[in-house]
Amino acid sequence: MNTAIITVILTLCKLALIFGVVLSMAAYLVLAERKLLGRMQLRYGPNRIGPGGMIQPLCDVIKLITKEDFIPERADKWLFLFAPGLTALTALLSFAVVPFAPPVTLFGQELPMVVCDLNIGLLYLLGLSSLGVYGVVLGGWASNSKYSLLGAMRSLGQLLSYELAMGLALIPVVLSAKSFSITEIVMSQATLPNLVKHPLAFLIFMISVAAESKRTPFDMPEAENEIVGGFHTEYSGMRFGLFFVGEYINLIVIGAMVTVLFLGGWHGPLLPPVAWFLIKVLFVAFVFIWARGSMPRPRYDQLMRFGWTVMIPIGVINILLTAAVLLAINS
Amino acid sequence: MASIMFYLLSLILLTATLLCIFQRNPVHAVLYLVLGFFSLAIMFYLLGAPLVAAWEVIVYAGAIMVLFLFIIMMLGLAPQDRPEGPGWQRWLPFVILMAAVLACTLVIIALDPAATAQGEPYSLGPQDFGEALFGKYALAVQVVSFQLLFAAVGAYNLGRIQRGKGKP
Repeated sequence: MNTAIITVILTLCKLALIFGVVLSMAAYLVLAERKLLGRMQLRYGPNRIGPGGMIQPLCDVIKLITKEDFIPERADKWLFLFAPGLTALTALLSFAVVPFAPPVTLFGQELPMVVCDLNIGLLYLLGLSSLGVYGVVLGGWASNSKYSLLGAMRSLGQLLSYELAMGLALIPVVLSAKSFSITEIVMSQATLPNLVKHPLAFLIFMISVAAESKRTPFDMPEAENEIVGGFHTEYSGMRFGLFFVGEYINLIVIGAMVTVLFLGGWHGPLLPPVAWFLIKVLFVAFVFIWARGSMPRPRYDQLMRFGWTVMIPIGVINILLTAAVLLAINS
Repeated sequence: MASIMFYLLSLILLTATLLCIFQRNPVHAVLYLVLGFFSLAIMFYLLGAPLVAAWEVIVYAGAIMVLFLFIIMMLGLAPQDRPEGPGWQRWLPFVILMAAVLACTLVIIALDPAATAQGEPYSLGPQDFGEALFGKYALAVQVVSFQLLFAAVGAYNLGRIQRGKGKP
């Protein structure tokens, strides 16, 4: 009984830790993105509040909370209110299966540094990322506005197409780790990260998660110059803030996914494991911000054609090749 | 504990599915169906099949229902008014379905009154699942996938642009 109570308390501690770290990281990623984009466009970005603009996220939150929370006429009220929370929730839940360090021994028992080491952890991540679309789509539909509906439909089509490519890119990783458990996948990369073993899968995965998360080369669902704000046109105040924060939590989730699946998770020389994990996550986030600062947006039909006629065939061929090579090595 | 959860989830599942049928607004109906799939997924997990639970969420809730939403939005389906016709036409399908469920329950009770045919607790890991699917039932799986191929070819044939006619 005593050990059960300790386990519950430790799990709650891990949850609180992850919650706090992820939310503050999301807030500062917004600042980091604004400053980095500013430097890439030869300007300073926010630098007025606090040393180097460090208190800017707090001011943004105060501004968003004190704004009016507007509900359009003839909107589907409950869905309209519920959708932004769903986006942030599905992004936050993903962290339950991400291991951020090897197990440590505490109070005489081994403590895994992950909230829940599911044996289908990878499928859990895929499921949550495919549920993330509901927040966007319901928000867009419930707003009762043409631009919102167009944005919602664009994100539906985009997510359905690129989810397939993302799943195909993960199969080689599972094949070489022989497990769906994220911890096992990280363990299998102790000597060589999957980035070296499966470079093609890594490339497909990076492109398709960028499309899944609606990051800038693929941000057709909220293309400002075509459909105003897309699915969040009608949102204001903190509900818009939830969509916005959800997007940045999603960026951290993607960083964590790329880290544990392709960059070797917590493995690395000299520094402690948690530090390596954070460095890799932030580096992936930086790459996505960099892409936003340097790439234009394609047309929507180009995006769909690329997804179905390039990404998916390459993904299938990659699986066949990987399976053949693994079979040849093992036999 | 597990049996309490099972009955709770069954209640949610049945309520959600019934609401899905009786909703006039198509988007709300889809949402109730998604809720039903969630409770079904947790029931699979409780029954010792985590992989099936994950597929239930990824494939049904995450892909097929999303496709339904896409079609509903593309066609711009509005909430429907009350259908015409006498009242018994609306209630007859419901009554027949309920009678069928009750009849099945009666048959089960009649066959095994003491509920002795309870299986051992069983856990189905990803490996067992894969071996069963692509080893023992490989032929059945391939036959079923052929059906998907037929559907894809049929959809292509219906939707293709004919020469000189333009889009159908």
